[in-house]
Amino acid sequence: MNWAIALPEIVLSVVAMAILIFGVLRRDDTFFLASMFALGGFLLAALLVVAGARGIGYHGQFVSDAFSAFVKVLVLAGAALSLILSLDYNRKNHIARFEFPVLMVLSVTGMMVMASASNMMTLYLGLELQSLALYVLAAFARDDLRSSEAGLKYFVLGALASGLLLYGISLVYGFSGTMDFASLAMALSRPESASPGLIVGVVFVLVGLAFKISAVPFHMWTPDVYEGSPTPVTVFFSTAPKVAAFALLLRTMATPFGHLLIAWQQLIVLVSIASMILGALAAIGQTNIKRLMAYSSIGHMGYALIGLAVGTPEGIRGVLIYLVVYVFMSAGTFACIIAMQRRGRALEQITDLSGLARTDPALALALAVFMFSMAGIPPLSGFFGKLYVFLAAVQTGMWALAIIGVLTSVAGAYYYLRIVKVMYFDAPEAPFDPRPASLSFVAAATALFTAFFFIFPAPFVGAAQAAAKVLFG
Amino acid sequence: MNAAGFPILSLITWLPLVGGLIIMSVRGDEATVASNARWTALWTSLIVLVLSVVLWVKFDTGEAGFQFVEEIPWLPEYSVGYKLGVDGISVLFVLLSTLLTPICILASWDSITRSVREYMLTFLILETMMVGMFCALDFVVFYVFFEGVLIPMFLIIGVWGGPRRVYSAFKFFLFTLTGSVLMLLALLAMWFQAGTTDIVVLLKTPMPPGMQNWLFLAFLASFAVKVPMWPVHTWLPDAHVEAPTAGSVILAGVLLKMGAYGFLRFSVPMLPQASAHFAPLMFTLSVVAVIYTSLVALAQEDMKKLIAYSSVAHMGVVTIGIFTFNVQGIQGALFQMLSHGIVSGALFLVVGVVYDRIHTREIARYGGLADRMPLYALTFMLFTLASTGLPGTSGFVGEFLVIVGSLQVNFWLALLGAMGMILGIAYMLYLYRRVVFGRLTKEDLRAILDLSPREIAVFAPLVVLTLWMGIYPSSFTTFWDASVAAMVQQHTAAVTQAVKVAGVLH
Repeated sequence: MNWAIALPEIVLSVVAMAILIFGVLRRDDTFFLASMFALGGFLLAALLVVAGARGIGYHGQFVSDAFSAFVKVLVLAGAALSLILSLDYNRKNHIARFEFPVLMVLSVTGMMVMASASNMMTLYLGLELQSLALYVLAAFARDDLRSSEAGLKYFVLGALASGLLLYGISLVYGFSGTMDFASLAMALSRPESASPGLIVGVVFVLVGLAFKISAVPFHMWTPDVYEGSPTPVTVFFSTAPKVAAFALLLRTMATPFGHLLIAWQQLIVLVSIASMILGALAAIGQTNIKRLMAYSSIGHMGYALIGLAVGTPEGIRGVLIYLVVYVFMSAGTFACIIAMQRRGRALEQITDLSGLARTDPALALALAVFMFSMAGIPPLSGFFGKLYVFLAAVQTGMWALAIIGVLTSVAGAYYYLRIVKVMYFDAPEAPFDPRPASLSFVAAATALFTAFFFIFPAPFVGAAQAAAKVLFG
Repeated sequence: MNAAGFPILSLITWLPLVGGLIIMSVRGDEATVASNARWTALWTSLIVLVLSVVLWVKFDTGEAGFQFVEEIPWLPEYSVGYKLGVDGISVLFVLLSTLLTPICILASWDSITRSVREYMLTFLILETMMVGMFCALDFVVFYVFFEGVLIPMFLIIGVWGGPRRVYSAFKFFLFTLTGSVLMLLALLAMWFQAGTTDIVVLLKTPMPPGMQNWLFLAFLASFAVKVPMWPVHTWLPDAHVEAPTAGSVILAGVLLKMGAYGFLRFSVPMLPQASAHFAPLMFTLSVVAVIYTSLVALAQEDMKKLIAYSSVAHMGVVTIGIFTFNVQGIQGALFQMLSHGIVSGALFLVVGVVYDRIHTREIARYGGLADRMPLYALTFMLFTLASTGLPGTSGFVGEFLVIVGSLQVNFWLALLGAMGMILGIAYMLYLYRRVVFGRLTKEDLRAILDLSPREIAVFAPLVVLTLWMGIYPSSFTTFWDASVAAMVQQHTAAVTQAVKVAGVLH
């Protein structure tokens, strides 16, 4: 059996267990060392993903291809950035416990399994592994009321979504007799013969996954969880799990249910439009920057969904590029948010950024780059993310989607500009506390990526192209 | 591959950013940083100006196609390349941008005291974006520069602007962005249709007539906001009034030209049938703009607002010229664009001079300046007359050619378009009389100083150019003779062919 294709996942699980044992045995302060081990594990896993074997194994339950490799590297990058951001924050907020990196590694393992799932069972297994770890992470600041509330809320709604997903899987299994993606694709190659029950099952699967990427109308948990969780956990939420869940959505919709395009396309179009509109409009009234980012992420998922709604390799390619760009923008924005501290207290109001351009020009510049990029202004990376999904929409003649997309991006630009306005146009307040090096590193690295993506887009586009092609055989 | 022997366009485009990097690396106390930033910005922009003069000298005016072309693959799989080049239409706008930038930096020497380093940096970034936009020969590259202009301009208005700067900056940004994103969709549609984003290829790729109308409307959404055409011009007076002097100069001098340039580069040659189809609409909007905004200008109390409305009227003349589709009309439009870039830029600088001294732009607060500022009054008069289109100044040639061109299309169009000249004389002379002539009654005006040597240095090149363009226009029109002739010919051929096809089908 070709067990080596799951080597990165195996390595990460071993790393998680090793850190757990290490943390239990060493009684004293182990957070930093544990985090370093976890980062090392991420790096090792990334190398193994890139250099590792490709193929299908475990009786067709697990596949390693260009698509899974692309997603896994992105997930690992997002997780690593979040973990670096947590180093200082967790210490200051007295949640520097070694369980934090352990939970993160376990969750990432789940995401990687999701990326490689080629069977409904593997899919569910990976999804639950990541979700259970995330529930705990959301409530990690256990003495903080908001964090506990966020964890509970996420758990209850997440469990509901998992239930829906599982119900959908059972319906699909019941009406088609298989859980294997390849066999499903074969069985459904004549879409007109698909039974209504099967379609209902597909819709339930879709709903379960839409919940995980917080697309409208399954987004209700997002603002509360984003706001309540410790900020490094929010970074993590907004990057790696989104990528993994999106990858899962892409693979399930494109491979086993690819022939049912007409059945699910309308649904995705509606979800995409609703997400873009809500993301653009609901964020305008927010005063808390973490809540604002939550609505912003809903909007971004709407844009990325355009690529899926199109249902072509070009569309999937657009989604993947969008996700790459989004992970770095998002991690960078949150790095700037974590840097908002005065006298050790974390600040979350947008007005706290007043006059940042004069008290801390470097941080203001970085955040301005992220904001303009999220608004989709060229030459920043966010523009290229949107460019490729809109290109795919125009190619298939989905004009309504494209026009609504560009118009909501103008509406969305308003609130991103508002942050720039607060930083650059308003009178300065007291300066923030000095930034730790880890924060500066993440903010600078992601800002450089965002600002200079336009010089070398070709390798990312090429990799996304290769990854998208795999899904369409 | 290149008449200059080195990638001159890339150099002109990216050199300001190098200057920006130098400015960013300056360390020291506030005064040192400010002074270093000013000098670095000035020298960078002067070097860029010298390079663009090389471009002007080496440019082959007999050649209708693109020159100094450079190309580097960027996204080869999708036929998107980093491609730059200039033809007769764009080369003078590159020069206009590189000329106005050092003038703006010099004009902001003393009037900007806060965050000087950031200000100079923003201006250099703006220069890169402007020049890049006029040089771009790839649609994606063009769009990146076209939109990229928004960021520095938003910051210039918002950070260094007047009391209502936040409102104006947002209005400017959101208006322009709304138009631009619709153009982005048109871009994507053309990309998909032609399989490439190379402007040179797109110019030769006929678009299906049914699609052309939609594409034209999408382009119109973007360029009409930029020009700006009535009724989407409302952002301009706000942005002009609140922007610092140099910001207004760039806004009026270069940014407004981007819209008209877009019409000339994309709408007219790429969508000939749709352009012909929509020409009456364009004429109507332009004529309304000319007459309506001229009347509005008459009623203004704020000097900058008056000049801003006059810009809308002058740009209306430009759009009339473009859509006449004959050589005189388009040449006149180009000349008017160039002349307006220099004259209205100069007029904003003129306002800036007294604003720096008295800190108000209210017309009623002035009067009798000729008594204390003779040199200033002379400069002001020259630009006032140039703006009204007095023969012998640059303003005349453009308006005259446009009227000649529009006479070939429709008599009433020419008549109504020419109304703008009459109304222009009314509001400009009215402004001049109230500010410069009359009795000097205001106490604080008694001690006002005439132009300083720095200000003379700012105005001198503009004065020379205004007269040069008025007295010997051929040294400018030769640049676009070949390109415009080719464009008109291609347009006529495309439209007649379409008519023939339609005749065969019926």
